[in-house]
Amino acid sequence: MSTSDPRDELVNHLPAMRAFAMSLTRNSAIADDMVQDTLVKAWTKIDKFEPGTNLRAWLFTILRNTYYSNRRKANREVADVDGVFTESLSQKPDHDGRLQMADFQRAFVQLPDEQREALILVGASGFSYEEAAETCEVAVGTIKSRVNRGRKHLAELMGMNSDEAMELTDNATMAVVTARGNGAMR
Amino acid sequence: MAHDTSKQADGDAIDQNLKRVYDDLLSQEVPDRFKDLLAQLKAQDAPADETSGGEDE
Repeated sequence: MSTSDPRDELVNHLPAMRAFAMSLTRNSAIADDMVQDTLVKAWTKIDKFEPGTNLRAWLFTILRNTYYSNRRKANREVADVDGVFTESLSQKPDHDGRLQMADFQRAFVQLPDEQREALILVGASGFSYEEAAETCEVAVGTIKSRVNRGRKHLAELMGMNSDEAMELTDNATMAVVTARGNGAMR
Repeated sequence: MAHDTSKQADGDAIDQNLKRVYDDLLSQEVPDRFKDLLAQLKAQDAPADETSGGEDE
């Protein structure tokens, strides 16, 4: 009866780690550096991982701690957003879907980090609220409220609830950015 | 199944978009550097002799 080494499973989580890192950083070079740091940390601190628990959640916790500690060190709120989301877009020339997706991505990268990560964890990667809360080391209620605020925020940024969703232009996006700069979510 | 208020529809659209963004990211090819790194870490850790059993550092 040999217990399997969780380190052998790290490779299976690489795509998810990169996806999560890119959602957080919105920059593929920074994301990859973060994934690399996380792999080394996970490898050397694997004894801190409780076998049988959620390895992906554990890895995401290391990833996000790396991100937030770098963000603190760099003391910058403004992310260095590169084309991480838009590059894949050019391959899909379906009209409505593409336009809507472009708007969505523009809105998505503008969300506060905490809302963006809560939405990715719960809304996209299939984490339960409990798993997301554990990953982010906050209360379940906090995650729920971040998800709700994130959804609302996205809907606002995308101009939903009106018929203009399809007509969001770069000008409208700029107006949103400017308004947000004056208004402050935090 | 039949409660399609417009608010519900917006929520669904957001979730669909979120999934699509995430799936796009997930489907990107993982650069070799990560598999190389894992192989390197593994090689560093491997004890000189391969007698199985003991797991102490």
